[in-house]
Amino acid sequence: MIARVLTPRAIRSALPVIALAVILVAIFWLQPRTMSYFGLNLLLNLAIPIALATIAQMFILCVNDLDLSIGAFVSLVACITATWLHDSPLLGTLALAGLVLVYAGVGALIHLRNLPSIVVTLGMSFVWLGLAVLVLPTPGGKAPEWIRALMTLKPAYVPFPIIASVLIAGVVHFALMRSAYGTVLRGAGGNPKSLERAGWSMLKIKMTMFALAGFFGVLSGMALVGLTTSADANIALRYTLLSIAGVILGGGEFVGGRISPVGAVVGAIVLTLAGSFLSFLRLNPDWQIGAQGAILIIVLALRVLISRAEARP
Amino acid sequence: MAVPSGSAAELDGVDKSFGAVRALAGVSLALHNGECLGLVGHNGAGKSTLMNVLAGVLVPDAGRIAVGGTDLTGRFDAAAAHQAGVRCVFQELSLCPNLTVAENARIIHPAIRGIGWRRQARDLIEGQLDKVFPGHGIDPDTLVGDLSIARRQMVEIARAFSVTESPARVVILDEPTSSLDTVVAGQLLDFVRRYVSDGGACVLISHLLGEVLSAADRIAVMRDGGVVALDRASAFDRGSLVAAMGSVAEERGIEAAASKRASGAPVVRAKPKAQSDAVELIAHRGEVVGLAGLSGHGQTDLIVQVFEGSGGAEVSGAVALVAGDRQSDGVFPLWSIAENISIGSLRRFLSGLLLDRGGERTFAEDWRQKIGIRTPDVSAPILSLSGGNQQKALFARALGSAAEIVVMDDPMRGVDIGTKQEVYAMIRDEAAKGRTFLWYTTEMDELRNCDHVYVFRDGVIAADLARGEMTEEKVLHSSFRADA
Repeated sequence: MIARVLTPRAIRSALPVIALAVILVAIFWLQPRTMSYFGLNLLLNLAIPIALATIAQMFILCVNDLDLSIGAFVSLVACITATWLHDSPLLGTLALAGLVLVYAGVGALIHLRNLPSIVVTLGMSFVWLGLAVLVLPTPGGKAPEWIRALMTLKPAYVPFPIIASVLIAGVVHFALMRSAYGTVLRGAGGNPKSLERAGWSMLKIKMTMFALAGFFGVLSGMALVGLTTSADANIALRYTLLSIAGVILGGGEFVGGRISPVGAVVGAIVLTLAGSFLSFLRLNPDWQIGAQGAILIIVLALRVLISRAEARP
Repeated sequence: MAVPSGSAAELDGVDKSFGAVRALAGVSLALHNGECLGLVGHNGAGKSTLMNVLAGVLVPDAGRIAVGGTDLTGRFDAAAAHQAGVRCVFQELSLCPNLTVAENARIIHPAIRGIGWRRQARDLIEGQLDKVFPGHGIDPDTLVGDLSIARRQMVEIARAFSVTESPARVVILDEPTSSLDTVVAGQLLDFVRRYVSDGGACVLISHLLGEVLSAADRIAVMRDGGVVALDRASAFDRGSLVAAMGSVAEERGIEAAASKRASGAPVVRAKPKAQSDAVELIAHRGEVVGLAGLSGHGQTDLIVQVFEGSGGAEVSGAVALVAGDRQSDGVFPLWSIAENISIGSLRRFLSGLLLDRGGERTFAEDWRQKIGIRTPDVSAPILSLSGGNQQKALFARALGSAAEIVVMDDPMRGVDIGTKQEVYAMIRDEAAKGRTFLWYTTEMDELRNCDHVYVFRDGVIAADLARGEMTEEKVLHSSFRADA
C-alpha cells in the first residue's frame, strides 16, 4: 500500500510542497511571531502577483515557448493600472484588453513565422519597458480604490493571500488539467504534429495560450499595484526569471507540455518566502537571488535523483 | 460473406512533388467498403506520401479526392478527413506523451466534452482496446509517456478504430505491427478482418509480405510514385510481389570490375551489435561499399559505429561523415557556404591562434568549382542554396577533409537526379584515387555504383553481395524476411 502511494512520480510531484513545508518550518522556527494571521498575511501577500506571473509563464512554457518579457509586461500593466485605470477606468480597461490582444498577436507571429520565442519576447520586453516609461516617467500613480480594497481584504480565520493562491491554483488546474479543451492545449506541447493531424489549428492554440498568458500578466500587474499602491516602470522586471524558476520549481519542464498549475503557484510562494527567510537570518537581501537559485538547484537535483531511481527498476 | 459494395475512398490522378522529387505521379486508387487493401513497395515508392494525402495531412499538387462518395477536392485537410471518417495510424507514433491514454482519445474526438468527459473518454478507449487487443492490460489513466513502445502502438491503433460522432470509415495502418509481438499482431489482423466484414475499409501498409498476403483482399504495389500492380491478394505470392516491386526495366549490365579484395588488409571491419554469426562488414582501400535494405534496419547504427570507432569497429584512418538528414545533422544554418565547407578541415587554416580567412575562402571556392555548387558567391548563406546544392556542400566538407574513409548516411534523400549523377561520378572518382566509401542508401540505383553491397534486415547483415552478383531482386529478397 505504502509502496503504491510512494511511487517516484508521486514523490516528484510532492517535491514543491515539501520545499514549501521546509521553508515555512524554518521561518516559523526563526521567527515564531510569523505563525499568526497577521504574520502570514505579511509573509505571503507579495506572492500573489508573483504567482499570477508564474501562471502566465506556465501557459507559454506549456506550448514549448519561453516568455522573456513577462516582467516588463507586468511593469507596464502596473503603470497603466496606477494611472489610466485610476483616472479614467474606460481608457484603462481598453488599454489592458488591447495588451492581451497584442500578446495573442505575438503568439501568432511566433507560430506563423516559426520564430524563436526567446528572441521575439526579448524584443517585446524592450517595447513594454519603453511604453511603461512613457506612461509613467517617474515612480508614482495611485492604485484604483477597488483593487486596493480587494488586495487588503481581511477575511475571517484564513489570510487573504492563502485564499487567493488556492483560488488561482484551483481555477487554472480545473481549466487546463481537467477540462476537455485544456487537454488539447496541453497536448499541443506534447506532440504538436499529432494535434494538427487530428485537425486542430496550432495557430489558434498558440494564440489562446499567449492570450491567457497576457491575461494573467494583466492580473499580476493589477494585484501588484493593489499591494504597493503606486507603480514604477521597473517595478516587476525580476518577475521574468522568477516566473520561469517558479514553473520549473513546481514540477514543470521546458519542453513537452509537462506543467502543473498547482506546482507553479507553490513554486512562486517558495521563491517569495526565500527572500523573507534571508531577512529573518539577518542576511543582506542582496543574497536573495542567490538563495532562490540555491533552492532551485536543490529541488531540481532531488528531482533528477528521483528520476534516476525510477529509471532503475 | 456479405460485402457492402460502394466506394469508401477514391484518389484520382493524385500528383505530389517535394522540390525536384516527384513523390506521387498521377496515382489513382479506389478503396471499396468492406475490403482491406494491402499496399506494398520499396523505400520511397510513395506509400506513405499517398496515405498522408488520403489522411489530409499533405495537400496534393493535382488530383481528385473523394471519401464515401463525396468529392472533397479543394477543401480536404486533416479536419475534413477526420470528419469524413478517415483515420490514420502513422508510422512514427503520434500520441501526446504528456497526456494519459484517455486524454489522447479526446484529442481526436471533439465530440467528447462537457461534464463527465473523462469517464466517456476512458470508457471509449478501454472498450476499443478490449475489442482489438483482448487482455491488453493497459490502464486508460496511465500517461502515454510511461507506456512501452508496443503498448503505445496498441493505444494508437485502438484510438484510430474508436467511434463517436465521426465514423471510422477508412482506417490506414502504416506498418502497424512493426513494434508488436506476434500474438498481438495476430489479434490486430483478426480485428481488421472483423472490421472489414462489418463494412469498414482498411489500408494495410507493411513490409511483412506474409502479413499483407494473408490479411488483405486486394494488394496494390507501388514503385516510383505510381501503382504498378493491383489485383486480388490470391493472385499474388511472395515472389510475384517482390518481382512487381523491382523495376521491370532491363538490368543494366554491370561490368564485373576486378575485385579490390584480392590484396591488402581491409581498412574497415565492423559488425552490427545484434549480429550473432561471423558475418561482418569489410571495406578495402578504394572500395565503395553499399549498405542496403529497408530504412531503419540498423544501417545508420553501423555507420555511426564506424564513424565513432565504437562497438568493436576496426577502422584504420580518419573518417568523415556525410549526414543524410541535412537540417538536423548536416548544415550550420546560420553560416555561409564557405564556412559550412571548411569546418571539416579548419586545422589546415590555422595561422598561429587565428584562422586564415583568405585561405578558407580559396579552399571553399576551389571546391565550389570542383563539385559544381550553383552559387555565384561562397560567402552567401548556406540556406540560399537548394537542397541538392546544400548536400553538395556537405560532400565538399567531407571530401575536402583529410579523411581517407567517408561514411554516408543516405545522403541523396530528396536530391534531384542531375545532382545525383554528378555526385555519383565524383564518388567513383575519389574511390579511384584511393578513398574508401561506406554508403547507406535506400535507392536501388545507387547500389549499382557500389563494389560490394551488404543488405541489412532487423539490425543484422542478411546478405553480402559482390558487385557481380548484385541484382535488384536479390536485394529485395534479402530485405524481406523469408518466413513472413
